[in-house]
Amino acid sequence: MDKFVDIAPIVEIRELRDGLFLLSFESESIAKNAKCGQFVHIKCSEALFLRRPISIYNVEGAVVTVIFEVRGKGTKALSEMSAGTLLNVLGPLGIGYSLSEYSGKKVWLIGGGIGIFPLYMAAREYKGNSKVILGFKSRAFVAADKDFAFTGAETHVVTDDGSYGSKGFVTDKFKELLEGDKPDAVFACGPMAMLKGVYEICKENGIDCEVSLEERMGCGLGACLCCVTPVKVADTTENLTVCKHGPVFKGKEVF
Amino acid sequence: MVDMSVNIAGVTLKNPVTVASGCFAFGREYNEFYPISELGAVSSKGLTYQKRLGNDAPRITETPMGLLNSVGLQNPGIEDFVKYELPFMKEVGATVIANIAGKTVSEFAKMAEILDETEVDMIELNVSCPNVASGGMAFGVSCDAVSEITSLVRKSTKKPVIVKLSPNVTSVADIARAAESAGADCISLINTLLGMRININTRRPILKNNTGGLSGPAVFPVAVRMVRDVYKAVKLPIIGMGGITTAEDAVEMMIAGATAVSVGSANLADPYAAYSIVNELAEYFEKNNLKPSDITGSLIEY
Ligand SMILES: Cc1cc2nc3c(=O)[nH]c(=O)nc-3n(C[C@H](O)[C@H](O)[C@H](O)COP(=O)(O)OP(=O)(O)OC[C@H]3O[C@@H](n4cnc5c(N)ncnc54)[C@H](O)[C@@H]3O)c2cc1C
Ligand SMILES: Cc1cc2nc3c(=O)[nH]c(=O)nc-3n(C[C@H](O)[C@H](O)[C@H](O)COP(=O)(O)O)c2cc1C
Ligand code: FES
Repeated sequence: MDKFVDIAPIVEIRELRDGLFLLSFESESIAKNAKCGQFVHIKCSEALFLRRPISIYNVEGAVVTVIFEVRGKGTKALSEMSAGTLLNVLGPLGIGYSLSEYSGKKVWLIGGGIGIFPLYMAAREYKGNSKVILGFKSRAFVAADKDFAFTGAETHVVTDDGSYGSKGFVTDKFKELLEGDKPDAVFACGPMAMLKGVYEICKENGIDCEVSLEERMGCGLGACLCCVTPVKVADTTENLTVCKHGPVFKGKEVF
Repeated sequence: MVDMSVNIAGVTLKNPVTVASGCFAFGREYNEFYPISELGAVSSKGLTYQKRLGNDAPRITETPMGLLNSVGLQNPGIEDFVKYELPFMKEVGATVIANIAGKTVSEFAKMAEILDETEVDMIELNVSCPNVASGGMAFGVSCDAVSEITSLVRKSTKKPVIVKLSPNVTSVADIARAAESAGADCISLINTLLGMRININTRRPILKNNTGGLSGPAVFPVAVRMVRDVYKAVKLPIIGMGGITTAEDAVEMMIAGATAVSVGSANLADPYAAYSIVNELAEYFEKNNLKPSDITGSLIEY
């Protein structure tokens, strides 16, 4: 078995910026099996029935770290927990990026907003061999860019309004970098419109593209069929689950 | 361990805890956590004659202690179920209830005929799905339609027939009586309650299907009341479901009249939910020196 329900002690929780929290918990079983792009399904409160899916940001020994933004009741309750609290976590879940398939090759990582976090383990893996493009609304929303840069990956930050890094969208920076260089693959995560834009550029340039999708979830295991997205399979379209068949899909299958 | 077996229309379930259709797919995912043969029975995802893609996402949203879903019967179709899913379920030793949902009356009969030739243990007629445009709940709210479907299926198979009722009716007892006189062997209830949530900022429904079916702890009291109503109205065994998350809930449902129970949404919150209920229920029967038949319908009303 490669997924577990664990009652994991929180070892660290802190606010990175207004409304954005880093949370680390200790779980040997989840840590040992976690792969880049997978997620954990967290019981955020006894008062809420369903779990909440959050991507795995990093794994260090037996410690798993996630970074999440407070959006509603679940993430709010999670943000109010403290170190030492026991967290009910199910994971690791889903299929992540094809990290090993591209080892030794050139992979660029492109993320937008809170979509940047599942890419961090890939940056750690590929280091200086990869380029990272992180996009945010403005300076106030920038997070984790130093961590990405620290891996050795060439890290570029763009903001919509130019208040930090260079002005523009990740797709602008992507096109600019393509003028002097070209990767074998791009791993992307972020809002749908951004993913589509990144995919289109990859397609024009013959670059493999993997994207991570989000959908509202129930079980997180592939059993309730609540989290589906249309995916091209052979010459038809199937509704595949984001939790079990994804969250990472090949760009050409979903766009 | 105590003997928790119960008999439903000649089929022996090793314990009264089954899992509800649509919350367990075909058991593969949960069999990674515990052997699904430890359950009383597994009800398959709702099957249709032809493969169905279901509704567009979002298909789920949380509600106070529950959830709304609008999956819309996504399934591989009856043929693929028989070819690929049933062999797996049987191989791991599960007692299998095939949950079927015809678009038309005759589709129910055609599917029952196909299943008659298989190792399926029981057939559950889903005349109560609130998330499909044709068939579904429209059948389950009419005594005539329930009667017609049940008697046609009755003629198409020797397998025990369970009729799964909708709570979206004025008198669930009337519908249960119609199923009983048409030849049903067992009644299961409740399916989900038709509901809706709206995003107040966009004024758009949260579910792409606009409406969905409510399930989970929030519906438990409604389910208990309806099981009691049906227990009083018919002589058939009842599989009670709706909001069960603990062994205490299961006992309560049995006291109201259920011979067996079914665990649905709780599986979404905790992969071990149904298995934990089996174990806790065994403790309950042992500690109180009771067997399932001692509590079914043992309600003492005012
Ligand atoms: C695979 C995956 C990975 C994710 N990774 C991260 C991450 O690393 N960091 C982060 O901040 N957020 C992430 N999210 C989004 C996060 O799950 C939602 O923000 C969270 O579920 C909102 O819950 P809530 O109770 O705070 O909000 P509410 O809006 O109150 O939630 C109500 C319901 O909607 C669901 N929901 C709302 N928005 C989303 C959404 N965007 N995706 C899925 N379900 C949603 C909730 O699960 C819940 O069932 C991820 C989502 C998915 C599917
Ligand atoms: C996601 C989901 C999918 C469901 N799909 C089906 C289905 O295919 N056929 C069916 O008869 N009932 C279906 N149901 C209803 C359940 O089997 C059950 O009757 C109902 O959810 C009440 O039980 P619960 O509160 O324990 O979930 C579904 C319920 C949920 C939550
Ligand atoms: S959340 Fe249940 S199938 Fe994906």
